[in-house]
Amino acid sequence: MSDAVLRVENLHVTLPPRADRSHAVEDVSFDLRRGELVCLVGESGSGKSVTARAVMGLLAPRVVASAGRILFNGEDLLRIPPERLRAIRGAEISMIFQEPMTALNPLMTIGRQIDEVLSTHTQLSAAARRERLLALLSDVHLPDPASLIEAYPHQLSGGQRQRAMIAMALVLEPKILIADEPTTALDVTTQAQILQLIRELQAAHGTAVLFITHDFGVVAEIAHRVAVMQNGKLVEMEEASRVLNQPRHPYTQRLIAAVPSLTPRLRTASQGPVALTATKVTKTFRTGGGLLSRERRVVHAVKDASIALRRGETLGLVGESGSGKSTLARCIIRLIEPDGGQVRLGELDLTAQTRRSLRRHRRRIQMVFQDPFGSLNPRYKVGHLVAEGPIINGVDAVAARARAIELLGLVGLDARAADRFPHEFSGGQRQRIAIARALALEPEILVADEPVSALDVSVQAQVLDLLAGIRHRLNLSMLFITHDLRVAAQVCDTIAVMRHGEIVETGPTAEVFARPQHTYTRELFASVPGRAWSQRACRR
Amino acid sequence: MGGFWHRFARNRSAVLGLAILAIVLLMAAAAPLLYPGSPFALAGRPLSGPFGEFLFGTDTLGRNVAAGIAHGARTSLLIGLISTAVAVLLGVLIGGVAGYYGGRVDDLLMRLTEIFQTIPSFVFAIVLVAVMSPSVHSTVIAIAVVSWPGVARLARGEFLSMRRREFVQSCVSLGMGDLRIMFRQILPNCLSPIIVTASLLVATAILIESGLAFLGLGDPNVMSWGFQVGAGRTVLRSAWWICTFPGIAILLTVLAINLVGEGLNDALNPRLRSA
Repeated sequence: MSDAVLRVENLHVTLPPRADRSHAVEDVSFDLRRGELVCLVGESGSGKSVTARAVMGLLAPRVVASAGRILFNGEDLLRIPPERLRAIRGAEISMIFQEPMTALNPLMTIGRQIDEVLSTHTQLSAAARRERLLALLSDVHLPDPASLIEAYPHQLSGGQRQRAMIAMALVLEPKILIADEPTTALDVTTQAQILQLIRELQAAHGTAVLFITHDFGVVAEIAHRVAVMQNGKLVEMEEASRVLNQPRHPYTQRLIAAVPSLTPRLRTASQGPVALTATKVTKTFRTGGGLLSRERRVVHAVKDASIALRRGETLGLVGESGSGKSTLARCIIRLIEPDGGQVRLGELDLTAQTRRSLRRHRRRIQMVFQDPFGSLNPRYKVGHLVAEGPIINGVDAVAARARAIELLGLVGLDARAADRFPHEFSGGQRQRIAIARALALEPEILVADEPVSALDVSVQAQVLDLLAGIRHRLNLSMLFITHDLRVAAQVCDTIAVMRHGEIVETGPTAEVFARPQHTYTRELFASVPGRAWSQRACRR
Repeated sequence: MGGFWHRFARNRSAVLGLAILAIVLLMAAAAPLLYPGSPFALAGRPLSGPFGEFLFGTDTLGRNVAAGIAHGARTSLLIGLISTAVAVLLGVLIGGVAGYYGGRVDDLLMRLTEIFQTIPSFVFAIVLVAVMSPSVHSTVIAIAVVSWPGVARLARGEFLSMRRREFVQSCVSLGMGDLRIMFRQILPNCLSPIIVTASLLVATAILIESGLAFLGLGDPNVMSWGFQVGAGRTVLRSAWWICTFPGIAILLTVLAINLVGEGLNDALNPRLRSA
């Protein structure tokens, strides 16, 4: 096609020897047209980031683009001399990254960093550069550009940093913008704004955007065309509406089916006795205030939060990062000591226990953590990790081990898993192990802190199914913390929405989703990417 | 384990260091066979030159320098290893408790550590040995007392960051006791930097011991490299070999241990593993 600004032909990228496969990218071909936004979608390890980095010439050492061509304006980016590539980078093709904090130099002001790009690539005078800079910062809707030029990255919020990154990437009006998961680290409401900004700037400048994401909601928001990657191969490339609504390739079909629906499942409210109550729990963090500095920063992480969880019920705690949902959960199981309030587990007042007496009651309430790579001690075998809890609570070692193997079976792993180390398992499998470990103590309540956020969608669906099945079978009560409203819709009976440490709204899931009362809840729901697509899909 | 050796062996100089260290160890082990009898015994004419009747010559009293070096290796290595072991034990215990409990306990223990760190370590060691009267025991105690603060700082940092890790939190929520968490869960995960530091501490300990012996604060009944250098310093210009060979022994041993320590660092440091 004539208006293609970038054309990737039969790209192969080889991995260093002894990696888990020989090619990161195999025989990938696609084109990117002027003014078009192509989403490169795939699960982790599918080669989508490597493809983008190959275009920028930013492959890691020993990862080599071994065959194929990347054509930009008739030049093959894989074969031009480094000086030429440097001239193209930044000026013609630029990139934004997932984590704006690490992609910006923390020791330079925002103004100087963007100015550096201009002074490297253009002959403009300092005054002209400054003018350009100010115009650009207001283009990306950053408040008060004149003072922002003097700000350091840490003085900006995550969303503002990403805006600054976008400004930096667009300062030379590149023909192509490569965005590598630019909104993954952001909250949904911020994400919605950034996506809006990218769409707007693209329309204004006619930039072609290669947008890498794993989130089909985001795809539904912004993509014109979608390229789906699996294990380094491009399996499908089509118009966005086709891929989203009539995917052809079985892998794409699987991926889309795994995206949790935004429509809450119908369920009958649990009428069991109240298993856990938290009343007016408060936690304040104080930082700074050393010997010489008088300034103290006070963060009210949790303010007067009250929840009640019935037997057999799943209560979802939803909110954006920093809303205090994790802190509340940790206060409830007393991994963090709350400053005030009361937590009752049945008849037992948890907050009144001493550290020592609490230890005997810990088994009744167990936790599954977010990061399946961090929550298992890498030095011990899985069998030991699962049996550990019962053993320290006085169960005989042989019986505990037999039970551990049984539990591994319950979470869908076979008995041989017991003799392997955590690093030998994938993320989803590790999360299963973590669940088995928590269940080994036969708790009444399971606290799950973002248990699926670190997992790919297809794995996410499996782990959620597992949790639902176990909860049903063992009549567990579950406190489920998530920032993902799609997940919440599928898992939770009741929802509590948190913001700035306070619970702003509580109610049955279907009720809250259908008629959100609080303004913040409404804003949160409106920001869920791909909302319109999900509702359409549901109606069909 | 195979992976560990593979990574260690990739660092050539570390392997060289290990080889030198093996020779020193062998020499220490074989000293009573190579040079039976006391290294303090008079072996021949005083101040006879090296590479003649005696490999490294004799000193001002006619003691065999080579015998001194072989026997001195035992002292140096023994004191180096034992004092390091004591220092690491003390440091891990204090640093671990400080890092794990944090707050007041941490403040208290770290201020204590700082008191020790503010006193120049060699001067402190001299004072300690002088107070306790020179002997192998007092040397070991003095070296351990001046070396543990570094280990404590390191252990504190490791424990502090590990305490926040999710696997530790999950152990807390299982109802595990503090001691068990500290020593069964956290410690195995921060052994690598501690081992590396310990290996370098051995080298420092050998240097301190030599320094003390040089000043005449070593055990008078035990041969040591520092003592030999001290004994020969008055005749340095006329009989260079008395100081030089024990000096080279100290140099090579400390260098070898440092190289091994660096190799261990490369092999155990997870950030460099896949590079």
